[in-house]
Amino acid sequence: MKNFIPAVALLGLSAAVGDVQAASGNPEKGAETAAMCVACHQSDGGGKHVEGGESWPRLAGLNATYIAKQLHSFKEGSRQNPSMMPFANTLGDQQIADVAAYYAQLEPTQGQGGEETPQAVLDRGQQIAERGDWSRYIVSCKSCHGPGSRGAGDTFPGIAGQHAGYIKAQLKAWQAGTRSNDPQNLMGAIAKRMTDEDIEAVAAWLATRTPEAE
Amino acid sequence: MIRTLLQTALSGALLTWACIPAHAQPNDAAAQDYIKTLTDMGFPAPKENQLVHIPPTMEDLEDADIHPELKRVIRRGYDLFTNTQQLRGENVFNNMNCSSCHLGEGRMPFSAPIWPAAVTLPDYRGKNGHVNSLEERIAGCFAYSMNGKPPAYGSDNMIALSAYHSWLATGVEMYPKQAIYGRGFPAPERPEELSYSRGKELYAENCAVCHQEDGSGMRVDDQTAYPALWGDGSNNWGAGMVRIFTAAGFIKNNMPLGQPRSLSDQEAWDIAYFMVSQERPQDPRYTGDVKATAEKHSNFHKHSMYGKVRDSDGRLLGDHDNTGSKPFLKPDNIQPRSFK
Repeated sequence: MKNFIPAVALLGLSAAVGDVQAASGNPEKGAETAAMCVACHQSDGGGKHVEGGESWPRLAGLNATYIAKQLHSFKEGSRQNPSMMPFANTLGDQQIADVAAYYAQLEPTQGQGGEETPQAVLDRGQQIAERGDWSRYIVSCKSCHGPGSRGAGDTFPGIAGQHAGYIKAQLKAWQAGTRSNDPQNLMGAIAKRMTDEDIEAVAAWLATRTPEAE
Repeated sequence: MIRTLLQTALSGALLTWACIPAHAQPNDAAAQDYIKTLTDMGFPAPKENQLVHIPPTMEDLEDADIHPELKRVIRRGYDLFTNTQQLRGENVFNNMNCSSCHLGEGRMPFSAPIWPAAVTLPDYRGKNGHVNSLEERIAGCFAYSMNGKPPAYGSDNMIALSAYHSWLATGVEMYPKQAIYGRGFPAPERPEELSYSRGKELYAENCAVCHQEDGSGMRVDDQTAYPALWGDGSNNWGAGMVRIFTAAGFIKNNMPLGQPRSLSDQEAWDIAYFMVSQERPQDPRYTGDVKATAEKHSNFHKHSMYGKVRDSDGRLLGDHDNTGSKPFLKPDNIQPRSFK
């Protein structure tokens, strides 16, 4: 009996450590998995704004839990994207946690796609991001995405400094119903109230913001 | 851009704009859009003879024909209203901003729009039993909802906040005789029974994603991302939001954010009942005895859970001397007034 108790305790401990690793992921292992991601998301995780084409989001510095959730969403279909689905489908739960941990610890890079935007459009984008447009019940980005829209907790990703083309595509995906993995339809409800001009403006504005607090 | 109108027709509002009296000056299309947005969201249309006012925005301010110095002060008031945390440790001792409860920067109907205070005060307030000015009303929010100490009457910050209120009321007559559309947090009809356990479940499903299971909300980069609903970071036991009908009205008309009127009346009341049954900093009017304090202010606390026993665990709510991060109980500039 005397030996039995420490053995159980040890077993319990190792199980607990295993769980923590599964939840948080191993960035070194994730780096290996990420080899399949770099063609689009780039070796620095910065992604790319592709004007008029499919933009690839910056993953560097995003919340690990958020990234992992997105990969699960691609697998289960609440995010539909022909480019991502085949890759997500090859990943097991542990690989997802690892690759998410890898990208989360990379240094965020600056968003692209807002550089040429006229000031009046940026002003409108700033209004939507920071104050919202309550005349159409569009709440501000920052009211969920946190101060500066740089993200809040595990659920609401940083969108400041994300590529304009990607933000625009996501808002349109919510409008079209090809993305519906937000909690309680919080984003979907707002996206559906936005015009093309609103989306253009807010995407451009956010792309010009820094992803981290200065 | 200032649009104030007297809604003269019954709820078939959209068809009856031709009936707008000649003295009203609505931009008809904009006013129609305004009402339609609200009714599409499930808000009731204005009733007959209700005063509908569309407060000007900060964009309108730039174009307004007023002194540039006044614009500057109004902008400061707006900034204080939406980032009240800049007064943390001086006037604010919790995680709240004014705009945490007054959504849409204080402009939204059914979210206690703030402009009515500018045109209905000075007036008698039952809460403190005397005639209150606009500044005194703002001071009440600081003392209770912000668990703090109001900026001094007549101070730069107090005048800036007052100016922002008055600016939003631009064009509305003083002491209007009509009822104001969307004033306060109109509560839905109280259901026969309220359930703490159902409220707790509904809270977990609908609210906790932002406000967290423990009600503490979230701070990011030293700023409030999501306000605290109870606990030390929230309003104290003297704030209007501790009254269950006020909380139910707020929730029904404003939560989850972006999806007003999506919860049933029963759900809104159950969540409110759960929320107002949690602990928070002491009422600044505390006498040292929770039951005596509740009795002394029974016109207020008859609607709250303060001094009552919570059924779920038998706890007497408000029976403590915790003032949160505020190092005093009662701000010294909240005083009775007799006009004698």
